[in-house]
Amino acid sequence: MGGQQNFGPVAAEKDEPYFHHDWERRVLGMVVAMGGTGMWNLDMSRSARESLPPSTYLASSYYEIWLEGLRKLLVQRGLITAQELERRRALEPPVALKRTITAETVQAALSRGGPTEREPRAPARFKVGDAVRTRNLHPPTHTRLPRYCRGKAGTVVALHGAHVFPDSNALGKGEDPRWLYTVRFDARELWGADTTASAVHADLFEPYLQPA
Amino acid sequence: MPKNHSHHDHEHGSELSEMDVRVRAVESLLVEKGYVDPKAMDAIIQTYETKIGPRNGAHVVAKAWSDPKYKAWLLEDASAAIGSLGYTGRQGEHMVALENTPKVHNMVVCTLCSCYPWAVLGLPPTWYKSAPYRSRAVIDPRGVLADFGVRLGDDVEIRVWDSTAEVRYLVLPQRPAGTEGMREDELAALVTRDSMIGTGLPRQP
Repeated sequence: MGGQQNFGPVAAEKDEPYFHHDWERRVLGMVVAMGGTGMWNLDMSRSARESLPPSTYLASSYYEIWLEGLRKLLVQRGLITAQELERRRALEPPVALKRTITAETVQAALSRGGPTEREPRAPARFKVGDAVRTRNLHPPTHTRLPRYCRGKAGTVVALHGAHVFPDSNALGKGEDPRWLYTVRFDARELWGADTTASAVHADLFEPYLQPA
Repeated sequence: MPKNHSHHDHEHGSELSEMDVRVRAVESLLVEKGYVDPKAMDAIIQTYETKIGPRNGAHVVAKAWSDPKYKAWLLEDASAAIGSLGYTGRQGEHMVALENTPKVHNMVVCTLCSCYPWAVLGLPPTWYKSAPYRSRAVIDPRGVLADFGVRLGDDVEIRVWDSTAEVRYLVLPQRPAGTEGMREDELAALVTRDSMIGTGLPRQP
């Protein structure tokens, strides 16, 4: 939603608690615990949330979106049926999970996290200082190339190694590691004169880029 | 943007809101089917509610202010420098530190979802995840700063960083004047969460 207008001012809450309702705690716990089962990956989680209809997405709070994404994945994987969600009780036997997070393994899993850097399969096509132009891509599926910087000219300012490629990983087509770059855009390249930024940076995968 | 369920939560403590019911239904199914260990879930919640928070990042910043070698390391390899203080894990696997100077101010956003450096700042505040911030930070960061009551000189360049992949950014704010000789823990108390996102400045001593 970068650059979209008329959402109003940013309203910061003083001394905001991490959770405003107890159910938000439970959603965080469920999403992180189920994320550790290996039944889907982070990109699939993001894709499940971001592919909600825009009218639903914009009218929902963060944890409401998380819950909807979780429900969608549970049903898609057959872990819970739509009927069970409806009736609010188990009707089918459980499906075997790849693994579960237990009270014993939880701390190790959290502090390990989920690094996404992988061995590169090819040399990097670009280096720091190179002029690049983002491709004009509009896939109907998951991508991490923001709409506001498609088809724009920028400069590579950092290389981060090869990382899991979300566009592929979200579809279950494998990690397909690709080089990840930080690209610097002059703010006027993105917005013309209607900006107060001097530069905007985005972390972009090699398939999003072409030489300028 | 959030639907208001507070009516139920606060005025009728014993009644359950629609969201409570919806969430409990999923949770009880997950537990009944053995997919989720309730103790693990409690540990996850407790970790993010009590153990991980902006004081982790404040420790990093105060150390960088106090120790030039650490600062150089942080700017060179933030993941290692931050990891050396024990702050690792989810949403902090690949860190980059951005140094503010008298001429450059950095601001971090995630326009696509709400990516945030959990390992050093904890869970993100609601405004960071909100449409107003995610839409406007990349086009009008000065307008965003004004919403936070911060005004920077026209000669300051504002650089915005959209966290579109798994790199997570920590802003290293400028050390406030008049803090010479302060201890690291005293300095850490001046470092606000917002100053490490780039929507605020550190407290003055």
